[in-house]
Amino acid sequence: MKITVCIGSSCHIKGSRQVVEGLQYLISEHNLGDKVELSGTFCMGKCKDGVCVTVDDKFHSVTPESVDDFFEKNVLSVVK
Amino acid sequence: MRKFDTKVQYLKYKVLREVAREAWKDTLWENVLDIPKKIVPGRESTMRCCVYKERAILADRVKLAMGGDKDNPNVIEVIETACDECPMGGYEVTNSCRGCLAHRCEDVCKKGAITFDRDHVAHIDKSKCVDCGACSKVCPFNAIANRKRPCQNACKIKAISMNENKAAKINNDKCIACGACVYQCPFGAISDKSYILDVIDIIKKSENNTNYKVYAVVAPSISSQFRYAKLGQVITGLKELGFHTVIEAALGADMVAYSESEELAEKGFLTSSCCPAFVDYIRKAFPDMLEYVSHNLSPMATICKYIKENTDKTAKIVFIGPCTSKKMEVQQERVRPYVDSCITFEELQALFDSADVDITTLDESFLDNASYFGRIFARCGGLADAVQQGLKEHGYDDFELKAQSCDGIEACRTALLKKSKGVLDVNFIEGMACIGGCIGGAGCLTHGERNKAEVDKYGREAYEKTITDAISILK
Repeated sequence: MKITVCIGSSCHIKGSRQVVEGLQYLISEHNLGDKVELSGTFCMGKCKDGVCVTVDDKFHSVTPESVDDFFEKNVLSVVK
Repeated sequence: MRKFDTKVQYLKYKVLREVAREAWKDTLWENVLDIPKKIVPGRESTMRCCVYKERAILADRVKLAMGGDKDNPNVIEVIETACDECPMGGYEVTNSCRGCLAHRCEDVCKKGAITFDRDHVAHIDKSKCVDCGACSKVCPFNAIANRKRPCQNACKIKAISMNENKAAKINNDKCIACGACVYQCPFGAISDKSYILDVIDIIKKSENNTNYKVYAVVAPSISSQFRYAKLGQVITGLKELGFHTVIEAALGADMVAYSESEELAEKGFLTSSCCPAFVDYIRKAFPDMLEYVSHNLSPMATICKYIKENTDKTAKIVFIGPCTSKKMEVQQERVRPYVDSCITFEELQALFDSADVDITTLDESFLDNASYFGRIFARCGGLADAVQQGLKEHGYDDFELKAQSCDGIEACRTALLKKSKGVLDVNFIEGMACIGGCIGGAGCLTHGERNKAEVDKYGREAYEKTITDAISILK
């Protein structure tokens, strides 16, 4: 599974660093390092919906507060 | 609303704008010969002896706007027809000399070059004079003038002489492409080559960023430019031009500050590698010092490398900054793979207007990737501050930074000379070829006292407060 987080300006201000840090933590917590690839990109063109995240090309809007929820529904349940 | 410092810049801009306008429409080859007449219409001359000379010079400017002489490796070129062959006699006593009694000029001259005639009027013996200018400074009547050409005066590394036609001539073995002469020549007879056509081509062939994405990486000195609009409007303007997104070169500066401080702590002495003109100067004038130059790529190259290697392998990246020397840097083997083209703020203004993008009418977009420390690289002293911060964030508490921030290429020369003789008690040399740092770059639209404060303000507005936070997202 490939998760891409937007680290462009608009998403950055909306907390993409916190989203990345949250995902990094959750991935290692669940030992998913070999199953989930986390990467960054500059701007997905949907700045209004930031922080922009894609999971295998499917778009999600995530906030630092909703990282846990997002991870559970869209990563953990799919991978396990 | 003042866009440029001088009318020379404005003229150069008009040429760039017209060339770009035709290029967007794919009509450049049909209309290129008409551009001089479009800029100087009618029969009355406005700048030179006649309209025909004006147009001949403009034709040369058009050529430079289209990339210049392909056989000349230097990105800075003399427009020989535009060179006014200014006098170049050095210091001369003018008729303001009143034949005073004090003779301060004589006393201050260490070379004994000043003599007096029967009327006590001073004369300079050219065989003894070294053009130090001391006599000129002490004369109470300002009677001693410097007849040095402005281009030669601007070129502190003495790369400019004159050719057999008395026109300015650049020694490519010495020139570091800093652009000081470009900015200072009052006739606009020296210019940087422009690559705006490459940029327009990259944007057009991307077909609205569908074939590949086009990125603009902007230097932090942009915060001191385009002040008739808001920075956020400039960013929107870039997107209107066809860029997919805009990224701060200052994020590359954060990355550089982080690894440079580590390299410094390991090696114990280092010079910066951010300013391409400074590095080129070391290469050409102090080759023995090359081993001390930081191994980091410049912030521009560092962030572009990151974008291409980690986020978008097919990205096309254009660097937009204040610097003519960057045009030389992007051609270097080490940098070429990462940066596709390079233009200045001057050229960006021409691109905006050629595409009828009025940035003052646009909404604001965000530009926020870097920390305070990455952003203040744009002014002299900022790099050293960032390295200090880098040392702190690495936890090198025992390492005491003794930095010399060199403001302008003359100060760089002094520091390098002292270091090579072992009489400089510092462990880090920050070299900035332009006075004030990048904000003094020749490709800036405007230069001024306020620019440093603007950069610092922009730095303080950064969302991230530390280097570690700014770059942690990249890992």
